[in-house]
Amino acid sequence: MADAEFGKADRSQYPHRRPDGSLDIDLTSGKYLKLWQGPNHPGITGNMSVELTVCGDEVVEGKTHVGYLHRGFEKLMERRTFIQCFPIVCRICVPEPDFNEYCYAAAVEELAGLEIPEKAKWIRALILEMGRINSYLMYLGGQAGAFGQGVIGQWTTYARDLMLDRFEELTGARIYHMFILPGGVRDDLPEGFDERMEQTLQEVERTLDDVYDTMFRNAVFKKRAVGLGYVDPALVDEYGITGPVARGAGVARDVRKDQPYLVYDQLDFEPVTGRESDVYARADVRRRDLLMSVDLIRQILSKMPHKGEVMATLPNVLHWKIPRGETYIRGECSRGEYGYYLVTDGSGYPRRVNVRGPSYTHAMALLEKLIVNVNISDVAGLMVSLHTYPPEIER
Amino acid sequence: MQTLISQLQTRFQLSEFILQRDNLAFVTVTREQLRPLLLHLRDKEGFTHLVLLTAVDWIEDNIFQLTYLLGDRTAGCDIGVRLMLPRDVASMDSIHDLWPTAATYQRELREMFGIDFPESPRVDEDFILEGWTDLPPYRRDFDTLKYSQESYVDRLGRETKDPAAYMKLKLYPDEDNDG
Amino acid sequence: MKDDFEKLLDQQPEKEPEPQERPALRDIPVREELVPRTVTAPDGQEIRIDPLQDYYCQAGPTVQTPAYTRIIEDLFNWARAESLWILGFGTGCGAIEMRPLMTPRFDAYRYGIQWRPTPRQANLLVISGYLSVKTLKRAIRSYEQMQNPKYVVGLGSCTINGGMYWDSYNTIKRLDDYLPVDLYITGCMPRPEALLQGFDDLKKLIRAGKAEGANKYAENFERYKTNQKRVIKDWDMPDYSW
Repeated sequence: MADAEFGKADRSQYPHRRPDGSLDIDLTSGKYLKLWQGPNHPGITGNMSVELTVCGDEVVEGKTHVGYLHRGFEKLMERRTFIQCFPIVCRICVPEPDFNEYCYAAAVEELAGLEIPEKAKWIRALILEMGRINSYLMYLGGQAGAFGQGVIGQWTTYARDLMLDRFEELTGARIYHMFILPGGVRDDLPEGFDERMEQTLQEVERTLDDVYDTMFRNAVFKKRAVGLGYVDPALVDEYGITGPVARGAGVARDVRKDQPYLVYDQLDFEPVTGRESDVYARADVRRRDLLMSVDLIRQILSKMPHKGEVMATLPNVLHWKIPRGETYIRGECSRGEYGYYLVTDGSGYPRRVNVRGPSYTHAMALLEKLIVNVNISDVAGLMVSLHTYPPEIER
Repeated sequence: MQTLISQLQTRFQLSEFILQRDNLAFVTVTREQLRPLLLHLRDKEGFTHLVLLTAVDWIEDNIFQLTYLLGDRTAGCDIGVRLMLPRDVASMDSIHDLWPTAATYQRELREMFGIDFPESPRVDEDFILEGWTDLPPYRRDFDTLKYSQESYVDRLGRETKDPAAYMKLKLYPDEDNDG
Repeated sequence: MKDDFEKLLDQQPEKEPEPQERPALRDIPVREELVPRTVTAPDGQEIRIDPLQDYYCQAGPTVQTPAYTRIIEDLFNWARAESLWILGFGTGCGAIEMRPLMTPRFDAYRYGIQWRPTPRQANLLVISGYLSVKTLKRAIRSYEQMQNPKYVVGLGSCTINGGMYWDSYNTIKRLDDYLPVDLYITGCMPRPEALLQGFDDLKKLIRAGKAEGANKYAENFERYKTNQKRVIKDWDMPDYSW
């Protein structure tokens, strides 16, 4: 491109592509610079990195690099019995570990032909919604922080701590709960849990009111988030986009509604959607989704049966063999569709477990597409708005 | 689901068919039929969402099973297309032109299973591992415990209870020793 | 607990057999941009470039001697203990409890503990959980770029003996083989209260002049490098970068 027309041409066409489709970037020309964002960088979501090629302060190419958190879960599970897998699955995703436990437990139950008690389903749904609130609160802090608003993170982490107290009371742990296991859940709700939960929910709502005023109505946040990272609704299927990113583009896809699992068919809710499909719209979808989760928890607690078993009788777990088969279980986590593909071969060990995290498509193919022609300072905000979380990409 | 499968069976040669749930079925196809079948499912039957692409190592039969799981989000059902690949010539046609995200899955399979997908973009680049010199780790003949013991030094004094013995003591104290 | 720790660090390398070098199934080619080459500058001068050389510092780390009198050294240690600046590098899942630690409920700022975004401004590297080999490489570089005095805290069982990932092919088991650890905090994962207690203990160690990890690293530099290179198969960085 001649220097005279530099800056005047259609930016989305820049840089040019070679006939074979690759970007025409000559690194020796002095126009471009390679810049690594991460893994040791405050503007990155977790331990991952993006290799940016920049021209001025504009990103012309981005490549996601993952693998910094790889522990080989899928391999480790192949050498653990079905019950031994259960304590390690939650370690795959830190901010919202319960989905791993649920998907794994549900897959094992389906292949083993186990029925779980009615009450266990309600408690599972309760745990999953509580985890969703935690994850969204963490996200809101991160999204505001990426645009320089540090105080939102202080407020939302405060609210998250309150929710972690409820988790601690219910499961005995703050982060890794290990509560949902094949056959049901470990325990019933403690005495007086409903009232304490209600207080926490009210505090969460109060915090969100403040967050709405200071973040969503803030001129700086609007100026930076509106119009950034537009996702074309036509890309949703092509790129396997799920969850709030798809809903922010107006595609009302929510596994809780499309393929109701647990007790979601008995609850009253509508998927939250946005229209503009930019960072602001996605943040707003998540905020409203969070409020919906608050409402869902209230519904669950009021509709839940008061008496009943929470755990089915398991066969002797030491010699628990599951006949040959394969299945796929999915759930709607805060970032999108979370799924477990489980293959058994008739032995006491899983033959293959494959974890399908939503970040797998969001942080790789989609981010590499969206990051082109974005300002360097907006990369962090864009990444956070996809709510990427590296351990579920590499496991 | 049943009607869909019978329709498919008239057009394609499906060798095996398992209805796992009301909304999840698995079919097995040959290598030549895979691409037409995926295109048909995507464009005609509404299975537009590539949920996942992964492999299973059946080392006893000397085959890799590739599973292409497609989802129809409006109807809320999924179909898993399985394909058997000989283990010694593990190479498969790429589908990154049907779904761009498939390139990521294929990169992972290349690295973790050693299944090659020629023409898939960046398929030979390191994805998760860095400087890996051993067998692809997700293959069944790769022994992770042995590798770990040989590569990383254990700390002395780590006490390990045999999980099976400990669980037996805690959960089934009355059980016979051989049981 | 410090005594136990010192015992471990000092005794074990002699006691245990050195692991055998594994024969590689395939060679790792040196990346294209790291191959030494000759570049012609605009004025025609030819420059020989070896990207694996550190042109600013060829010297390894040196041992820092204490100040000339006790009272001065105590003053230094007091100042060091009261400003623990953590490098914001969340290497593993333990990083999720660092956020609550810095927010209203636990508020570590009141102890002079805070985040810094770059290694140059930080003096405490918190290895928050398991380290995959790929991250170990980055953690070593980050550690070496930090300026003295500097400390390392290993967080969670997986830094101590592998923890849950004792049989994983991609995570190291003993952090102190590769980096000089001053203090371990146990748990999976440690709660914020445990972290606060751990940082408090670290302060006591620093005040007593016992947190000598950086000097240990300088003294046993060869041993640490051998251990590091044994697991990092594609070593493509300078031996010491600061």
